[in-house]
Amino acid sequence: MASNLTYNLQGDKLSIKFSGELTLYTITTFQKQLQTISFKEVSLIALDLHELAYLDTAAAIFLIKLEEEYNTKSKKTRILCFNEKVLSTLELVKMQKTITNSEIKINDTKGLFLKSSIIKINKFFYGFLLFMEFFGKVSMTQLDYLKSLNNIRYKEIAFELNESAIKAIGIVALTSFLIGVVIAYQSAYQLKLYGANIFIVDMLGISILRELAPLITAIVIAGRSGSAFTAQIGAMKITQELDAMKTMGFDPFTFLVIPRIIALMIAMPLLIFIADIMGIFGGMIVSHIDLGISYELFLDRFREVVDVRHFFIGIIKGPFFAFLIASIGIYRGLIVKNDTQSIGLNTTKSVVESIFAVIVCDALFSIALTNLGI
Amino acid sequence: MSIISVRDIHTQFDEKIVHKGLNLDINEGEIYGILGPSGCGKTTLLREMVLLQEFTHGNITILDKSLSNISQVNAQSLRRDWGVLFQAGALFSSLSIEENIALPLVEYTDLSLAMINEIVKFKINLVGLKSTDSKLYPSQISGGMKKKAGLARALAMDPKLLFLDEPTSGLDPISAREFDALILKLRDMLGLTVVMVSHDLRSIYDTLDRVAIIDEMKIAYEGTLSDVATSSSDFVKIFFK
Ligand SMILES: Nc1ncnc2c1ncn2[C@@H]1O[C@H](COP(=O)(O)OP(=O)(O)OP(=O)(O)O)[C@@H](O)[C@H]1O
Ligand SMILES: [Mg+2]
Repeated sequence: MASNLTYNLQGDKLSIKFSGELTLYTITTFQKQLQTISFKEVSLIALDLHELAYLDTAAAIFLIKLEEEYNTKSKKTRILCFNEKVLSTLELVKMQKTITNSEIKINDTKGLFLKSSIIKINKFFYGFLLFMEFFGKVSMTQLDYLKSLNNIRYKEIAFELNESAIKAIGIVALTSFLIGVVIAYQSAYQLKLYGANIFIVDMLGISILRELAPLITAIVIAGRSGSAFTAQIGAMKITQELDAMKTMGFDPFTFLVIPRIIALMIAMPLLIFIADIMGIFGGMIVSHIDLGISYELFLDRFREVVDVRHFFIGIIKGPFFAFLIASIGIYRGLIVKNDTQSIGLNTTKSVVESIFAVIVCDALFSIALTNLGI
Repeated sequence: MSIISVRDIHTQFDEKIVHKGLNLDINEGEIYGILGPSGCGKTTLLREMVLLQEFTHGNITILDKSLSNISQVNAQSLRRDWGVLFQAGALFSSLSIEENIALPLVEYTDLSLAMINEIVKFKINLVGLKSTDSKLYPSQISGGMKKKAGLARALAMDPKLLFLDEPTSGLDPISAREFDALILKLRDMLGLTVVMVSHDLRSIYDTLDRVAIIDEMKIAYEGTLSDVATSSSDFVKIFFK
């Protein structure tokens, strides 16, 4: 049934008449309609509900607020109604209102800014401490692991290796192949200008082996395994699987954390190796098509000018990147709170933070190696 | 003889005080209930007993081992002496039901696979699951079945102590009564001591030997159900009418 609002102004008396079904769908229209009424001369208002067939609780709240609002504007307001059901709905809402009003409000807004910033700083610092604690635990468990070969959980490591290395080969290979193609294509254009075609080999060799392959692999893995670690472990926390493990005496660090870290540290150098091959391969194809450098010539020149140390530097970065990605991903999973939002938030953060950490680590490598003259 | 004793436990989350000096004793071989209104800190107390959460002040002693500043070795040996059933079962989702139950056996014993299989089959039957369900994964079974499987896992190592958090909530009435009967049977057969949180009046009257009722951050009543009327707590008066 449609609902309707009519009003009737007689001298200083205003009567607002609601009819039909007053529900949460119609409130907003009425609110707008009521705002157009001018009240200046009015001193008595009657909210006439005689023809109301049905009132829901939202509309009851609206009516009671309306009554209060008019009363505070010092207009005498009354609700007129005989319908038992409507009256009981109004009564229910009024009662709840008095209950909530009587609850003491502790929230004082004084010094809120200062307080909230102190709390934020405190939280940040606490978060940092927690991460350090996590780091400490990882190192301790790692040491325990090394004490005896029997402690190593080969099965979990093998499983994680399959998940984060074998299954990632395709995407890592494809990405680095494309990067090789793009880099070669862009530099071919520049090199052609100077007639320095053959130097593309030096350029590709050093940049891909030393920087691009490790970085691209790390970014792909951060997006792939880092986020998976956070989501998996976060979900386990929400379903209380982590608690169950603890009560059964299975330390999550030995069962979940260390196997993942170790697996990724093994996987990463292998993936970087594959990325090296595919990146160079992509570059070789472009050099052949675009610059007319034959494959034999490319490989000959490659052997001559690209020192093997560039390759090793790229590979060595692998375990470091892997450690950062895995520990950030897992740490983020472990601090997931008991709600689903928290998983999304922490997954995002884990990917962003691990890519950032990888790039910082790469910069440190660059500085250190350059200073060492390698 | 008291197997668990809780002394003057205080618990606080940030600003919120949950427990303000709880004392209780749980005897060997009894089925002990922790009752109280929602949010009074029953689950929290249970988690403190099984070393999942730290209390702010006081001490809990389980099987003569004090939980404050417990050593890693003692904690680990306690963990083999108890089984815990969580509210939603908390089965490992990457493992099937039988693998879930077998896990503690595989990790902690040198039993042969054939032997472990036998034990797992026995436990699955014991809690009333069908043996055809044993290959299913936790995502493929109902909430009630998860509880039963969780119980089977908690019982895998024949623990001395069993902690249950609302074991019958979410079960249909028939399964709930079966569950109660199972708990009683296990206590009689295996001499278990059972600590459980419950809201289910039938289950409370049918199974519990003694109860502790937490209300307003303290123990409002501790003792047998027949004397419960002596308590002055409002919750007790309404709950047990
Ligand atoms: N991690 C936490 N952080 C902050 N407060 C918490 C936390 N865990 C529990 N609480 C608070 O402690 C109180 C007790 O919670 P608990 O889960 O123990 O209640 P309960 O007695 O088991 O209730 P129910 O019968 O509903 O399961 C609640 O008020 C809750 O808000
Ligand atoms: Mg609870």
